[in-house]
Amino acid sequence: MAAIEIDHVTKMYRRHGHSRRYATLKSALLTGSLAKDLRPEESFRALNDLSVTIRKGVTYGVIGRNGSGKSTLLKLVAGITKPTIGAVRVDGRVSALIELGAGFHPEISGRENVFINGIMLGLSRREITSRFDEIVEFAEMEAFIDAPVKTYSSGMYMRLGFAVAINVDPDILLVDEVLAVGDEGFSLKCLDKFAEFKRRGKTILLVTHGLSMVERFCDEALWIDAGENRLVGDPKRVVQMYLSDVEVAEDLLLAAQDAKAQQTPVSAPPEPVVTEPVATAPEPNDVPEQEPGRVSEVGAETETDAADDDTQPDNMFVAKEGRWGSGGVRIDQVTLEGDHGPAHVFHTGERMTIRMQVSAPVEVDDFAFGISIFSNDGVCCYGTNTHIEEMTSESLEGDATVSFVIDRLDLVGGTYKLDVAAHKRDGFSYDYHRLLYTFRVKSRTKDVGIYRPRHEWSFSDNVRFKPDTDDSAPTGSVSAPAVDPAPATTAPSPPAAEDAPTE
Amino acid sequence: MLANLRQLFRHRGLVQILVTRELKARYRGSVLGFFWSFVNPLLLLLVYSFVFSYVMPRGEELATEPYAVFLFCGLLPWTWFSSSLSDGANVLIMNGNLIKKVMFPAEILPVVAVISNMVHFLLGLPILLAFLLYYSMPLQLSELVWFPFVLAVQFILTLGLVMVLAALTVHFRDIKDLLSNILTLWFFATPILYPMSFLSDRAKFYMDYFNPFAHLVISYQEILFYPGPFGHWKWLLALGVAGSALFVLGYWLFDRLRDSFAEEV
Repeated sequence: MAAIEIDHVTKMYRRHGHSRRYATLKSALLTGSLAKDLRPEESFRALNDLSVTIRKGVTYGVIGRNGSGKSTLLKLVAGITKPTIGAVRVDGRVSALIELGAGFHPEISGRENVFINGIMLGLSRREITSRFDEIVEFAEMEAFIDAPVKTYSSGMYMRLGFAVAINVDPDILLVDEVLAVGDEGFSLKCLDKFAEFKRRGKTILLVTHGLSMVERFCDEALWIDAGENRLVGDPKRVVQMYLSDVEVAEDLLLAAQDAKAQQTPVSAPPEPVVTEPVATAPEPNDVPEQEPGRVSEVGAETETDAADDDTQPDNMFVAKEGRWGSGGVRIDQVTLEGDHGPAHVFHTGERMTIRMQVSAPVEVDDFAFGISIFSNDGVCCYGTNTHIEEMTSESLEGDATVSFVIDRLDLVGGTYKLDVAAHKRDGFSYDYHRLLYTFRVKSRTKDVGIYRPRHEWSFSDNVRFKPDTDDSAPTGSVSAPAVDPAPATTAPSPPAAEDAPTE
Repeated sequence: MLANLRQLFRHRGLVQILVTRELKARYRGSVLGFFWSFVNPLLLLLVYSFVFSYVMPRGEELATEPYAVFLFCGLLPWTWFSSSLSDGANVLIMNGNLIKKVMFPAEILPVVAVISNMVHFLLGLPILLAFLLYYSMPLQLSELVWFPFVLAVQFILTLGLVMVLAALTVHFRDIKDLLSNILTLWFFATPILYPMSFLSDRAKFYMDYFNPFAHLVISYQEILFYPGPFGHWKWLLALGVAGSALFVLGYWLFDRLRDSFAEEV
């Protein structure tokens, strides 16, 4: 038995082209294009021949990127818009948690607005009267119900709207990303309400970016992409497929960003500025007297970044993208590779290879290669170079490949930037690429900091945990662990920049 | 069409509550509150009486005494008409969030705009009545029975126009600005400030055939102000038919454009 049937639906929106935007009554009358202007000529397909059947009593999740057509789908089911082609059949009373508190009038009291809103959503006056107390109690608004709505906080507004909509007692509930309403306690209450709906065999259509919510709540999930049905089925599988697809897209995006970042500085001629990528990491066996000499040299040659270069250890933490160097050795290309070829998105613990295509027009004998990894807030996570690692250069001429293999990328989830450099042993830059390469580390756990050591917990016998579930997110949380690129900030912040590499 | 009307009737509860909301919200926060519905027309009357009695005294040919009552007979319906039109043109855009986000019968909104302005009109009537009694104008029952009919004609005509305006304004925002100027012109082209007898025959001809609102004002004036039998009823009946036709046309246009509202507002 189908509660909602979407039958080969195409929904086109008019795209506001240049000519259309300036069409006014005047021009319409002058050119006689009134009738034509009212017809869409340029259109955008929000949904493209989509067919979905949602059985009665099923909680159905819809996921997809922004602009993929999720909200359009909801609007069609709610009857707010009509399909351009195809048919939408809905069996039962629908309540849409799309726009909470739509039609609330700011000047009049919450009480009156509850009535108006309820009637708009299809309740009768008597029904509202009988449910009024329940609504107010659910919204936790007892104290303010007689104040004008304009004095409400946005949370109060949404809570009241939610309470009315949920009390319409629909057969089909449409939910569009509304669980962000209110505090933790209220979210839990909403989830309870959903669970109650489910128990009572109502149909719920849930559109959300909260993937863990889909995995936990839904019986079936649909992933739509560019208005088309990409995958339907078991929520866990759909979410998994969606996530891996998101990674691919992220990869492309990062690649594009990198390309852009590298383009800007390269257009300017390489500036003769001296720095060393890992000057911040003086190893015990680093020759100490090199340090002051290098600094003075830098002072003489620097033109632009004088302030940065005078204080050499500090400037490495000034996150400023750029490329400079004499060009004696050029780094022509840098690729990041995972287990399956070039990548920008890695999983914690994966192997990562940084591969540099370098070239030296004339033979050089004094050279070193270095890399360092920065977190997106500018903390140096690690840096090294061939000189520090006591490799003494002998000769380099023509094209060559330099690879830096990280066996296990034990970083916590987040976005990282990369410096690569070719320079003289004393730090004089041949070609320095500052923060020009970005990669992202994904992690299913929300651990914090920078470095994730390989680890293991062990306990004596009297410490017991519940059997493992694959979702460790707290109940109230809506965001899925794996899509969140930024590390959680609840725990103590990572150590200060200076501490990390030097000690 | 019939289905549409039935739908409109089914939503009368919603219309009622929205009109109430509109009226409540209108004066919320002001000291005089609802009293403004009485005071507003009174003040407007005062302004016009002042201008045409002292600033620009009327000549002999404009002598219609008592002028204030004459003015009021036209001014009150005009306020209803013009406010409905300017509110109605905006109403879909103002309530965009309803149309976009909720399953909501959009035709409710123009209806609400016209009705809530009608309520203001009705609230102004007691003041008009007080004036009529104060100047002991000759009110005749045989004329007064026409009054509800005039009201109905004005309602259907206004609603028809508002339907057209509301639907078109969504697509052509220029209408809003154009409308306020047209309404000013329309006001002066209607025998509200001056009696019909002031006009030349040529002007009367144009008035008869091109200004539907003139017939309404003349009807109000004949019923309430001028003595004698109500002689304008033929015009009024014709206007009733034309107004109904306009309403049907306006509703049809509204219906045609309905699907575009959610995307355009």
